[in-house]
Amino acid sequence: MKREIISLQEVTFTYAEEDENVRPAVNNVSYTVYEGEWVAIVGHNGSGKSTLARLMNGLLFPQTGQVRVFGEALNEQSLWETRSQMGMVFQNPDNQFVGATVQDDVAFALENNGIPFEEMVERVKQSLVKVKMSDFMNSEPHHLSGGQKQRVAIAGAIALQPKILLLDEATSMLDPQGREEVLSTVRQLREETDLTVISITHDLEEALLADRVIMMNQGSKYAEGSPEEIFQRGQELVDLGLDLPFAMNISRLLKTQGITLVAEHMSEEELVNDLWTSHFNK
Amino acid sequence: MDITLQQVSYAYAKNTPFEKRALFDVDLHIPSGSYQAIIGHTGSGKSTVLQHLNALLKPTDGSIQIGDVEVSAGKKNKQLRKVRQKVGIVFQFPEHQLFDETVLKDIMFGPMNFGVPEQEAKRRAIELVSLLGLPDEVLEKSPFDLSGGQMRRVAIAGVLAMNPEVLVLDEPTAGLDPKGRKEIMDLFYRLHKEKGLTTILVTHSMEDAARYADRIAIMHDGKCVLAGTPQEIFSDEGRLMDFRLELPQSMKFQKKVEQMMGKKLPALCLTEEMLAEELARFLKKEREL
Amino acid sequence: MLEKMIFGRYIPGDSFIHRLDARAKLIFVFLFIAVVFIANNWITYGILVAFTFLIIRMSKIRLYFLINGLKPVVILIIFTFLLHLFFTREGAVIFEWKFIKIYEEGLRQGIFISIRFFVLVILTSILTLTTTPISITDALETLLNPLKKWKLPVHELALMMSISLRFIPTLMDETDKIMKAQMARGSDMTTGSMKERVNAIVPLLIPLFVSAFKRAEDLATAMEVRGYKGGEGRTRYRKLEWAAKDTIIILSLVVLAAVLVYFRS
Repeated sequence: MKREIISLQEVTFTYAEEDENVRPAVNNVSYTVYEGEWVAIVGHNGSGKSTLARLMNGLLFPQTGQVRVFGEALNEQSLWETRSQMGMVFQNPDNQFVGATVQDDVAFALENNGIPFEEMVERVKQSLVKVKMSDFMNSEPHHLSGGQKQRVAIAGAIALQPKILLLDEATSMLDPQGREEVLSTVRQLREETDLTVISITHDLEEALLADRVIMMNQGSKYAEGSPEEIFQRGQELVDLGLDLPFAMNISRLLKTQGITLVAEHMSEEELVNDLWTSHFNK
Repeated sequence: MDITLQQVSYAYAKNTPFEKRALFDVDLHIPSGSYQAIIGHTGSGKSTVLQHLNALLKPTDGSIQIGDVEVSAGKKNKQLRKVRQKVGIVFQFPEHQLFDETVLKDIMFGPMNFGVPEQEAKRRAIELVSLLGLPDEVLEKSPFDLSGGQMRRVAIAGVLAMNPEVLVLDEPTAGLDPKGRKEIMDLFYRLHKEKGLTTILVTHSMEDAARYADRIAIMHDGKCVLAGTPQEIFSDEGRLMDFRLELPQSMKFQKKVEQMMGKKLPALCLTEEMLAEELARFLKKEREL
Repeated sequence: MLEKMIFGRYIPGDSFIHRLDARAKLIFVFLFIAVVFIANNWITYGILVAFTFLIIRMSKIRLYFLINGLKPVVILIIFTFLLHLFFTREGAVIFEWKFIKIYEEGLRQGIFISIRFFVLVILTSILTLTTTPISITDALETLLNPLKKWKLPVHELALMMSISLRFIPTLMDETDKIMKAQMARGSDMTTGSMKERVNAIVPLLIPLFVSAFKRAEDLATAMEVRGYKGGEGRTRYRKLEWAAKDTIIILSLVVLAAVLVYFRS
């Protein structure tokens, strides 16, 4: 069995503690993330997925239930140690850029953790190489694109060499190009290291990259499984405000046109192959 | 109301060490009643073009004809308010412009600035709130108490309330979830069809441009490099790649299938629905042969 | 208008002045303010002007930009000049027309004060034009460090300053966007009576505040998540390096002061 990294046990959290009529933002949610996994937490806006992010790094504490990080309960004492092991990238590229220039921003968490100067310089350099931003060491944030800023944020997060990278809708404010930059950066980091990635998203492409998908709806865990298992639910997901993969949409549309297929396919290749075998290669 | 850009150039902070040219001799004609998409990467100049469409920026060279008003370099123009009433702009993240105590007052802000009587402005606000699929209760709420998606809709209502003849949309669905995105885009399309609203969509999304627009212009490095119907634009993939742009997903898939079949479908499939239809028709015909 | 203002902005470059340690430049400007007051006659003011032009040359900033960018300040200088010209009543009368009398001393004072003002503004501008705001902040933090003994929160102040500086362009962009969005909705901030204009600012200010608070909240969260717990136990990524050239520039000022003392009357 793989090592447990983060585990939520029957966690409930509400922003309005006095008012019982308000639905808790997160309601009795349990799940476990294992070492080296990429888990996507998906759901429509307001499904509670961002609250989960805040519960996982101790920005919020649950009213009931428990959050465990590296097998130990997350509380006020373990908080700072946990945070140094968990890099986090938020949604708005501008509002998390603390430093005056790219290199200052990457160094920020290192400074906070008292890393010695020589090592700091080395780590800043390496982190920027990893996200392909070394040419922009001295750039100021307002001269960077959204995608570039998010890559700097990733560099800042991995500079501390954390076990976990938590992406809280990190691509939702970016243009397609920026999204692609960020996702390929994360993909590449995963190839080079054993980083555990948790991405909170409503972007389908991002969810498809994950090993496992946890689907949230109205504060509760709605489903959990591999991307294939989740997207097989088809119409159900559409009703919950999510997209389906392109190939699946086409499969479904072809069916309504009276074209028979073996299955609703996730990938374009599978769909093309199916069309080939069942309609041409007879 | 036709809009015509003629040799429009624009430079930010002209004559300073910080001068930055953003547009170079842009020519673009947008006929009344059309649905025009303007596509380009961040920094291509599309946002600068957008701000010219209702004279928020004036060209540093060249001129732009908006209906019967001409805005040109170096000339003062007193009819800018008239232009602004007729051209409504939904900016990116329009919820950032909300400010009033109640949703109702905020929606009424635009029309009342242009001298629409209070009763009429109120009527429009009530009508628009339901058109945008918001419950009536929101009218008396503070816009800051709404969810992100609802705020977006209120902001859009605030622009529509001015009854513009031309609607300019700058990435109107950025940051929304897929369901919200589709609802908003479908609404704009319905308004375009039903009211004959000239619609100008500034976007990164090839899919949206292919699905909704009947004309597409491509901006690259401050120049308008391609303009035409979606069919014209998307039939030349090589040109698009020069500008680091891709075909819409349905057309990319069409190419894959055509390659597999060794035969071509009769039309360019701009949307998923069209692709499924064409492909089904083709497969049925093949079977009969 | 604001675009043309260069006071307080940074122009990237690689001149001798650009490469000086920010602390040296800060100390230089403060000392210079004192040195300027040594001058009291034509020769000493002449030397001051020459010295200033030498510094401009060394900074490789085009004179045209400096003058153009400092236009608003020039108006202030002219105003001070006229004030002295008309209200100093010493020495011989050199010009008389109806009730206006201009005295020799008035003209002299006017010119001297203007020169003083002018060289000070030029040299402070050169400081900001050739030094990144973050270096100035760093320099201030190091120079003020001894004050920590008296419980002055030097680190916090410096961090505040650097974050404010970092967000100025962001907030300027934001202001521009919101202003344009409201203008597109028919709001008019440039015409009408005073009352109308003040009213027109509300739709700009409220969204701006809302967004600034949201940014502040996000930023605080981001800082906390990245382990920020105040200045205690922090290491510093930025190191200022004092080199021989920094000592030389300060010494040049001592020499200047000596020369001025020698020639002053």
